[in-house]
Amino acid sequence: MLDPDRGLSLTIARVVQRLQGSSLHSQLERQARVSLHKPEIKLESLKEDIKDFLKTSGWEKKLQNAVYSELNVFPSPCHPAAPPEHIKEPLAYMRKAQGSWEKRILKSLNSMCTELNIPLAQKRPVNEQKELLNKWNEMGTDEPDLSLFRPVYAPKDFLEVLMNLRNPNYENGEQPSFRNHLGLIQVPLKVKDIPELKEDFSELGLNIGQLGIDDSAQVPPEFFENEHVRVGQKVLAEQDSAAAQQYVRQGCPTALRADLWALILNISNQPEDILYYEQLKSNVIQHNLLVDSLIYKDVKLTASNDDYYFVFEDYLYQVLLCFSRDTSVLEHFAYSSATPPKSYIQGKLGMEEYAVFYPPNGVIPFHGFSMYVAPLCFLYHEPSKLYQIFREMYVRFFFRLHSISSHPSGIVSLCLLFETLLQTHLPQLFYHLREIGAQPLRISFKWMVRAFSGYLATDQLLLLWDRILGYNSLEILAVLAAAVFAFRAVNLMEVTSLAAAEAVLADLSTLKVMPLLQIFLFATVT
Amino acid sequence: MAGKVKWVTDIEKSVLINNFEKRGWIQVAENEDWNFYWMSVQTIRNVFSVETGYRLSDDQIVNHFPNHYELTRKDLMVKNIKRYRKELEKEGSPLAEKDENGKYIYLDFVPVTFMLPADYNLFVEEFRKNPSSTWIMKPCGKAQGKGIFLINKLSQIKKWSRDSKTSSFVSQSSKEAYVISLYINNPLLIGGKKFDLRLYVLVSTYRPLRCYMYKLGFCRFCTVKYTPSTSELDNMFVHLTNVAIQKHGDDYNHIHGGKWTVSNLRLYLESTRGKEVTNKLFDEIHWIIVQSLKAVAPVMNNDKHCFECYGYDIIIDDKLKPWLIEVNASPSLTSSTANDRILKYNLINDTLNIAVPNGEIPDCKWNKSPPKEVLGNYEVLYDEEMAQSDGTDRDLRGRPGQSPGVRGSRARDSGKPVLTTWK
Repeated sequence: MLDPDRGLSLTIARVVQRLQGSSLHSQLERQARVSLHKPEIKLESLKEDIKDFLKTSGWEKKLQNAVYSELNVFPSPCHPAAPPEHIKEPLAYMRKAQGSWEKRILKSLNSMCTELNIPLAQKRPVNEQKELLNKWNEMGTDEPDLSLFRPVYAPKDFLEVLMNLRNPNYENGEQPSFRNHLGLIQVPLKVKDIPELKEDFSELGLNIGQLGIDDSAQVPPEFFENEHVRVGQKVLAEQDSAAAQQYVRQGCPTALRADLWALILNISNQPEDILYYEQLKSNVIQHNLLVDSLIYKDVKLTASNDDYYFVFEDYLYQVLLCFSRDTSVLEHFAYSSATPPKSYIQGKLGMEEYAVFYPPNGVIPFHGFSMYVAPLCFLYHEPSKLYQIFREMYVRFFFRLHSISSHPSGIVSLCLLFETLLQTHLPQLFYHLREIGAQPLRISFKWMVRAFSGYLATDQLLLLWDRILGYNSLEILAVLAAAVFAFRAVNLMEVTSLAAAEAVLADLSTLKVMPLLQIFLFATVT
Repeated sequence: MAGKVKWVTDIEKSVLINNFEKRGWIQVAENEDWNFYWMSVQTIRNVFSVETGYRLSDDQIVNHFPNHYELTRKDLMVKNIKRYRKELEKEGSPLAEKDENGKYIYLDFVPVTFMLPADYNLFVEEFRKNPSSTWIMKPCGKAQGKGIFLINKLSQIKKWSRDSKTSSFVSQSSKEAYVISLYINNPLLIGGKKFDLRLYVLVSTYRPLRCYMYKLGFCRFCTVKYTPSTSELDNMFVHLTNVAIQKHGDDYNHIHGGKWTVSNLRLYLESTRGKEVTNKLFDEIHWIIVQSLKAVAPVMNNDKHCFECYGYDIIIDDKLKPWLIEVNASPSLTSSTANDRILKYNLINDTLNIAVPNGEIPDCKWNKSPPKEVLGNYEVLYDEEMAQSDGTDRDLRGRPGQSPGVRGSRARDSGKPVLTTWK
């Protein structure tokens, strides 16, 4: 166990190191230097005066938000002697499983390359570059022949892998006993029980005002709404990330959501950010990547057919194609169990000095990947801002939904949390579904992998994502999945096949997220 | 009174027939005794024509007003609105107030429009004021985007009039009237795409005016990216959002049909533009619908056997100002997608619940004010009687939900005078 003081100083050291290279650092420096010319800065109290100046001019707040953002993203430090891979994932068998999963993905990608005889990357001829630039805003009208491309993998392939995960140090015991976990996930991880969840999500309690609840008995909803909007405007005026994060636990008013999320994610869309996005765009124009076709294919298979999101098809290309070129995404591999795939320059296979990450951001899209972006299109209409918000959401949250790790927000823990909640609180339902061959996780897995995007109505989805941001955790996804089963329990008890169970749960677009969560967490006798 | 309603229709659409059958109504032939006739606009013309002299009895109702074309023909709608504005101006009504450029502040909701060939000279005068503008030509009597084209040069009009005169169909085509309207060349784009709004409005009586707004309208998106450049003038897919036109586009999607619900639009606008401007936009949309109905009410043959469900087409520009484009008397009941079928089934269901209370044999003398519980997805948009008993027309400018008569139930918006949203 690390002693807390030591842990704190390690954290400080890391944050300082991270911020030193940032543009905020140079901006602060510049501001401090400029302030020297101000009359209120006195030589005899230089340090204090500059500090005061930075405080009153709002720069201290920006620094605070940056520190807060670092603390949110990076895990608390482990022992200084621990090797870096422990920061990625402390459990060896998880690291190994993730490694072999990556090999499989890469193999599948490579074989597609060989089969179709398409290079991983290629410079576009000049005329093609021009053409792409011209239709940048209407890439959706293009209909390249993608029939030969198939998604590298789909959530159900990934579920198979998770089902086969085993901890080699753990005696599973073939004899069924009351202690056995009857679900599909067979690794022992600590997940929370309802009393712990109640404590964690205490702001969702029945006595607390909540956006997304129309008929709270405690507080008249209109009264709460007006007051909540007023507080929200104050939080925005203060420009304080931490306050914003606390605030959104009770839900964002629609009109304030875009700004509040940006504040929590510490995205300000500065001129240099816009420039950065433009650079990514020109990278897309110059080079053609194999993953572009996978992105196209995915958008065409998912968002383009979606009642809510088809309108934003072009925005999705503008975000996802740039994302694949963004090497700053690679930074998240420091705390992700995943490792970016490598490719070698032609003829130099296996020679490390000729290795490059492929795709440049290290993320291979899978079936449904574009749904992580789609709901954000309701909030941001400038592509560069939309892009930054998505990138930050990805490196904070979404990567955990398709990599194997023991992190409490990782997909393995979510699956286990979901199954444990069901098995503990709806044992009859759980047992019934298991008996008819309809393991609940087989149905709910895709919801969780996509963070429910494409399953819920957009307004409801945004209320759910409010809470992901507010609690800096994905655990709410597993709770909601269990709550959906609880809500449809009566109908599910009557089905006798997986197909029938799937039919009962096929349409989630009429569900109201907050009442379901509240009832499941707070109104059920435990 | 326990008898079953006998129905006829000349529109063989499942969303209609399923609704009739659900109510246990009995299908009869046109020449038999019927109580309820859902008819096309061609049939209504015959039913009420002088020659047939057909008289409807008290237990018969139909789904059109005899002279619905006062609203649903593009030229007549514009004519009636122009007349209505002049009348209000003459009365010195505050609604007819004009701004410093001579534009109506509250009543400027139809793009500048002229009849052709009748108003040709007026059109030329207007065109010359702003020669870079684009205009859209529509035949008065056609629907679903038929016969529509865009022009941006006077020579195109001249050519058109020459062609139609020298063509072999002289007698028909020269008679055919067109309207030419200023094209809204700064439409609001979402996801870079142009769209229009299709909203359903039910009128149960014109005098007094009582109308209902259907909550589940939708946006229709163009499948091709919008570019205001003139080189694309010929590509109708860019400019017209009618499903009938869009269906021929390569990109037409049969899952969503290019349709987006009004609740999506509201969520998007509120998220990206804020609540106030979004509320103002929807208030204005309701306002222009009511004004268009008030404009035609005096000339409507308010036959008590009639009700009508209109399809309003509205375009929103990039300043979030709504423009009334046209009104359809027979909005399409063809279902392009599964959701569409559900929507239209429910639309007919809710319409029948208001028009034919309890599904019983109609009595055209009933007072036509159904209880709130049967409205379904309709909400009262305007009720002239209620408005008058409230003593003022000003309420009209309030939020749609608090239309006259239902005001008391909306405590949320009360307290402040609502006039401000129109300024």
